[in-house]
Amino acid sequence: MTAPLTLSACNLMRRRDNRLVVDGVSLELRRGQVLGLLGHNGAGKSTTLQMLTGALPPHSGQVEVCEYDIQKEPQKAKACIGFLPEHPPLYRDMRVDDFLLFAARLHRIPSAKLADALALSKQRCGLQDSGRKIIGSLSKGYQQRVGIAQAIIHNPAVVVLDEPTVGLDPAQIRDIRTLIRELGDSSSVILSTHLLNEAESLCDRVIILQRGRLIYSGSSTEMMANGNMEEAFLHITESEAASA
Amino acid sequence: MILTIAKKEFRSLFAAPSTWLMLALMQFLFAWFYFGRINDYLLVQAQLARLDNAPGATISIAAPVCGMLALMLMMLIPLFTMRLIAEERRNQTWVLLLTAPVSSAHIVLGKFLGLMLLLVLIVAGCAAMLATLLLGTHADTGLLLANILGVLLLAASYAALGLYFSALNKQPIIAATGAMGLSFGLWLLELSANDNRGFLRSLSPNAHFQNLNMGLVNSADLIYFVLFISTLLLLTIRHLNNERRNAS
Repeated sequence: MTAPLTLSACNLMRRRDNRLVVDGVSLELRRGQVLGLLGHNGAGKSTTLQMLTGALPPHSGQVEVCEYDIQKEPQKAKACIGFLPEHPPLYRDMRVDDFLLFAARLHRIPSAKLADALALSKQRCGLQDSGRKIIGSLSKGYQQRVGIAQAIIHNPAVVVLDEPTVGLDPAQIRDIRTLIRELGDSSSVILSTHLLNEAESLCDRVIILQRGRLIYSGSSTEMMANGNMEEAFLHITESEAASA
Repeated sequence: MILTIAKKEFRSLFAAPSTWLMLALMQFLFAWFYFGRINDYLLVQAQLARLDNAPGATISIAAPVCGMLALMLMMLIPLFTMRLIAEERRNQTWVLLLTAPVSSAHIVLGKFLGLMLLLVLIVAGCAAMLATLLLGTHADTGLLLANILGVLLLAASYAALGLYFSALNKQPIIAATGAMGLSFGLWLLELSANDNRGFLRSLSPNAHFQNLNMGLVNSADLIYFVLFISTLLLLTIRHLNNERRNAS
């Protein structure tokens, strides 16, 4: 039996200055899956993720989250998503606790459960001792963790992470990967990354974007069938570039 | 949801040192102006006593102070409103609100209310100072209250105007100067009018404030303020909705 569909996107398009940044991308994500979004710089990864979360309206195509259309029922759909954008949306003059509580209230967590949600997300992201600190005074790595904590505080069905391990040290990267695997058990995760070994160790399925188009979609074991992921990635992207 | 956003806005306005500086500076200027007016009044009090139906202390002291407060709010409010939307866009925190399950109306009303809380505090500081008139003389409380109501309504109008400009722009400075420019324009419409019945003059919020400043609570003026504020808030909500729904 297959797990229920949590996120589906159909034929997404987005133009910028008459150039197609994202050109007809469709994807599906089921509960308990971790999907990796790979591609070169400027391939349209961030734009795709922004459209999936409703931060950016697509020029055409549609997105459904937990069976709610994100354009027609935005509030219901957005309640099921946690999003960490490329630049974490942090109010630099707020304390970590205040910021996370604000994010939790925005996602309609009832006030009786606020304290538990805060404690859990802080514990998952290793922020137990940083609650009273001002976000602007934290290091890049800790700010990234606050960004992730903000995305998972309401225990969403779909977690969307845009380059979650950027700027972290190796120990933090290991912790965050453990966290993503943990999230992948209960919810669906979609993450974009440059690091192929990250995709290799985390993702059940991988899709590759090139110049806004989806050029590969398959399970990560398929992709690694003939060698390691790096070779496979280069092979796929280069043969696509040659044929274009 | 509106209250959550309002509370956060209010707190982050207070977290900024610039807010405290502005509050302190404004209170200092009020005090200075207030004592100046009292001094002037005391100098001419003997002559005024010989007149029939002479102007009282409240209209010669409190009304000009509120007039000045209105003018200062006109210049200050755009500096607060530019932070509300335009700066969030620039700091890339706007995404948090865009991807949260809240509507544009929640965001706009929350931000408007949060700012209004701060403005009420500023007006209350001024009102507390004017209340000291009650200690020394039989102040005209009706006139005082009309003035405070007028200042609050005028502040709300400027806040709504500033919020709209903030929604239109990505650059906080452009949002602030735009709102300030238009407020000045509206003020000049009032100043330059030859007669009190001109159509252009009645467009200006300051013209409607003038009546309240003189203690005249007119339902037409109140309706004007309600319309002015709600129109601008609706325009802001509409603009954000458009931006969220339609790709440009």
